[in-house]
Amino acid sequence: MSDLLLSARDLTVRFGGVLAVNGVSFDVPRGGVFTLIGPNGAGKTTVFNLISRIYTPTSGTIEFDGVRIDRSPPHRIADLGIARTFQNIELFEHATVLQNLLIGRHMHRRSGFWSELVFAPDVRRAERETRRKVEEVIDFLDLQHYRDTMVAGLPYGVRKVVELARALCMEPRLLLLDEPSSGLNVEETGDMAFWIEDIRDDLGITVLMVEHDMSLVSKVSDRVLAMNQGEVLAVGTPAQVQNDPSVVEAYLGTADDATSLRRVA
Amino acid sequence: MRFLFKTRYDQDIDLARHAGDRLWYGLLLALLVIAPAWLPEYWLAQLTFVLIYGVVGVGLMLLAGYTGLFSLGHAAFLGVGAYTETVLASMGWPFPLSLAAATALSAAVGAIVGLPALRVKGIYLAIATLAFGFIVEEILARWESVTGGNAGKIVPTLDVFGWKADTPASFYFVCLVVAVIATLAVLNLLRAPTGRAFVAIRDSEISAQSMGIHLARYKTLSFMVSAALAGVGGALYAHQIRFLSPDQFGILQSIDLLLMIVIGGLGSIHGAFLGALFLITMPQLITLGKDYLPGAVAEATGLQAFVYGIVLIAFVLFEPMGLYGRWLKLRTWFDLFPFYRAGMFRRQKSFQKSDRLR
Repeated sequence: MSDLLLSARDLTVRFGGVLAVNGVSFDVPRGGVFTLIGPNGAGKTTVFNLISRIYTPTSGTIEFDGVRIDRSPPHRIADLGIARTFQNIELFEHATVLQNLLIGRHMHRRSGFWSELVFAPDVRRAERETRRKVEEVIDFLDLQHYRDTMVAGLPYGVRKVVELARALCMEPRLLLLDEPSSGLNVEETGDMAFWIEDIRDDLGITVLMVEHDMSLVSKVSDRVLAMNQGEVLAVGTPAQVQNDPSVVEAYLGTADDATSLRRVA
Repeated sequence: MRFLFKTRYDQDIDLARHAGDRLWYGLLLALLVIAPAWLPEYWLAQLTFVLIYGVVGVGLMLLAGYTGLFSLGHAAFLGVGAYTETVLASMGWPFPLSLAAATALSAAVGAIVGLPALRVKGIYLAIATLAFGFIVEEILARWESVTGGNAGKIVPTLDVFGWKADTPASFYFVCLVVAVIATLAVLNLLRAPTGRAFVAIRDSEISAQSMGIHLARYKTLSFMVSAALAGVGGALYAHQIRFLSPDQFGILQSIDLLLMIVIGGLGSIHGAFLGALFLITMPQLITLGKDYLPGAVAEATGLQAFVYGIVLIAFVLFEPMGLYGRWLKLRTWFDLFPFYRAGMFRRQKSFQKSDRLR
């Protein structure tokens, strides 16, 4: 077993004439938090959608734990042990929090269609076991209070946590978080940082996330990859990447840009 | 007001949430069992229709209300079930076998019709199923050697290995048993992983997929179960109506079925039966009401369609959750009296939809 959980090689995606991701290669080590940063439109979410197989790469390969996944059907990704959350929360709105989490256990189901029709004793046993597992996640993320609430009536910050909980119910080996702090206030972002650390340390799940909030990134990340315009700028520890000249340039522009601006003004 | 303290997982898993549920549903079942003793024959026949349409409604509810796939051709499955049953019963098959065959054939046809559902959704799926409905109606009319064509076909008496359901009461019991079994089976499915997968597909396909739900498989399965139940309903319908002709399974029937579950309340099994009750009693009520209307209005053609249309529009505008939603609100009002607030069931608007992944 190598210590690389996920490795992408020369990933390229072209949407018509737009080169969304261009020859991106990176390795996510087992354990730890790996963060993708970059300005808007850098291709971070596209990389996520490539891993969860919503998009198919134009060229390049993705290996998860030694298995090629860049051509496998999207629903197989969950079975392999990759869970994800979405930037704009994709919960099942007309269901309670508990039901949402139960759906997260779908890949662990054992009952067949016919025994479900008569709700045979083994289905009931499996259901009890499913609920026990879900309660563990509810306890882990302090969601007891919202268990029977409809998602449609929950505030945004709680939905974000419910989506995280649903992903954890899948018992993944790799958790993809697409902007876990977007739309959260300072306190909620702080909580999210604690949970991400707990997920890494207590549950031993490798986290791959896209994030804009640099304080959260430097707090929880073990490694950071900076992207711009579909290409990799820098990889390293949070401090290394933040001080990399090409990253500074992508976010703030160069000194030359600043002087030329001044001249125009 | 009742507070439920949950101490065991089984309290969530069981169909009855508490003793009150068992009492009321037990009473309802008892009332239905003794119905032939106190209902006049005409109303017993109407109740039989309610049960038959209820079975079809439960199937359509599973598809439209729980999986989010709308079918405008459901009468076709009803027709497949009805004609299969009639043809096999005429050949002397006993009812359990012919019913199983009718169910299986409808399910198989459902799997084929489900194929476009893997690619299109919403209004486009409705059009695809509508076209399918026309095709089946046409086949029923043209395949004269089997269906009798537009001349129609007489349905033999229901026969279970020699026992004949030749009185309204005995046939009513057959329908009651079938309806109870079908409803329990669907409820079981809905509280198991398969039912949850249906709901997941309804609310967010992209998310369902990332949970490991095989979209194509579950959509096809939903279509098959739904069509199978329509086939069961069709087989019973054939024996109840005693004479089949293709025009009974046309677009109007399909719209009636869809109307039934929308008015009953999408996303609830109660809604399927409340909708069936509405669908069967409404024409009776209109007929009764005619006596009190001025002659020109009472005799006008299309009065029934007009009233249906008005009721449907009223429901979509004022009570999107249907009859069952109305009942829930009424119950909550009594539960919380005097603290019920007008906005309690109002949905919070979500402003995140615009840039959702498709």
